[in-house]
Parts: sequence; structure tokens; C-alpha cells
Amino acid sequence: MNRLDYTAVRPAEGAISSNKLVKNTYTLLSATLIWSGILAAISMSVAPSPAIGLGTSLGALVLLWLVLPRTANSAAGLGVVFAITGLLGFGLGPTLNYYAHLSNGPQIIATAFGGTGVIFLGLSGYALTTKRDFSFMGGFIFAGMLVAMVAILANIFLNIPALSLAISAVVILLMAGYILFETSQMINGGQTNYILTTIGLYIAILNIFTSLLHLLGALSGDD
Amino acid sequence: MDSMWLKILSAVLVLGWIAFMWPRAKYWLRNSPKAQEGDWRTVLLPLAAVVLFVILLIMSVR
Repeated sequence: MNRLDYTAVRPAEGAISSNKLVKNTYTLLSATLIWSGILAAISMSVAPSPAIGLGTSLGALVLLWLVLPRTANSAAGLGVVFAITGLLGFGLGPTLNYYAHLSNGPQIIATAFGGTGVIFLGLSGYALTTKRDFSFMGGFIFAGMLVAMVAILANIFLNIPALSLAISAVVILLMAGYILFETSQMINGGQTNYILTTIGLYIAILNIFTSLLHLLGALSGDD
Repeated sequence: MDSMWLKILSAVLVLGWIAFMWPRAKYWLRNSPKAQEGDWRTVLLPLAAVVLFVILLIMSVR
């Protein structure tokens, strides 16, 4: 009888902690996206040089790599997450300014923004409602990301427009897969830290947005 | 010259991301559970929806 009671209670406890993780993650993700949007708007009005945009992204990477792992289990981790997302948002300013100056720039930015929202909400909803475990995709997604990174690195110097578009398309698919993977990790117990989950989902959203912006900008006939 | 420095800074940033992702990629390449029958189908469905949606977005701005 005790064993039955125990097994009946365990899944309920798991569900409660999983629900709490999901709630905390989406609350923090919403706050960081708003914060990041404010910093991007400030950056657009200040109009820093692309070098400063890259510099802030480099700063965010340093925080993500060296500071976040040490603070992710404490309240200080929240400050670090806002610092990272703020820097990444500010770094987006020069890119947004470039697209804003195209004749249909505001439409492209709004479409990329709305499209990113629909993709994220759709995939998260799918992973949350099916409750499937997508951890089998882990190796495939990370190997794909590394290959995409090497292609991006090569194209910085090769400057092939078709390769650049292909990379953007692949990045959208990889990030879509990553959203399914990370959301299933969150609901199936693979990830228990909402700060780390938030930053993973934030980076996936940011990558989908910038890739979509690139694709729409290039294929709208005004790039 | 400025453009060359931007390219170098971009390359440093990408190399940084590769180095950052490397340990996690190595972990998942070694420890990913094997996909069961039908698992990939459940992934391909939403990904196909994303592809169609992106095509729709591109058509909307053309």
C-alpha cells in the first residue's frame, strides 16, 4: 500500500516541479525579450557602428561562457541573464537600422518579428501538449549547429550570398529543432534550471529572428 | 581596412561560439538516446510546418 501511495505521489511531484520550471522559464523569457527589445530600440536611436554591435555580442558571449555557469544556481544569475540579453539586444541595433532603411524595411522587421513569435509559440505549444521526449535529437542538433558555425565562419571571408541564405534557412530549422528539444528537456526533467533554459530559448528566438530578417530582406527584392 | 577588422571581429565571435558550444555538442553526440520508431516523424511534421510558414512569410513581403 505504501509503495502504491509512493508511486502515486511521485509523478504528481514531478508534474508540479515541471510546471513551476515552465512557468518560471516563460516569465523570465518574456521579461528578457521585453528588456532586449528596449535595448535594441535604444541602440537603433543611438545608431552605434557595426563594430560596437559586434563588441557587445562578444561581451555577451564572455558573460555566457565564464560568468553564467558560476551564477546560474543563485539570484545573481538573474542579473547575468539580463546583462547578456541586454547586450545581445543592443548588438541587434545596427542590423535593425540597416533593414529599417530599406523601402519596405519596417514591413520586413515586423514580419520577421511576428513570424518568430508564431514559430516559437507553435513549437513550444507542440512540445508542451505532446509531452514527447525529443532528447534523441540532441546529437543531431548540436552537430548541425557546429557545421552551421563553420559555414558561417567560412562565409565571412568567402562572401557568397547563396551560401549566406542557405545558412539562414538551416539555422531556422536547427533553432526550431532546438526549441522542441529544450522544451522537452524542461518537461521531461532533463533540465531543471530555469535560468539556463531561458537563455537557451532566448538565443534560439534571437537566431530565428535574425535569420528570418536576412531571408525576408534578401528575398523581398529590396536587399 | 575597417571592413577587414569587422570580418576579423566577426570571425572571433563565431570561433567563440564554436568553443562555447563544443563541450555540450560533445556530450550530446556521445549521450543522445537512440530514436525509437516514429520519433523522427513527430519532429519532421512541425519542421515541415515551419518551412511552409517561412515560405508564406517570404511571399508576403515580395
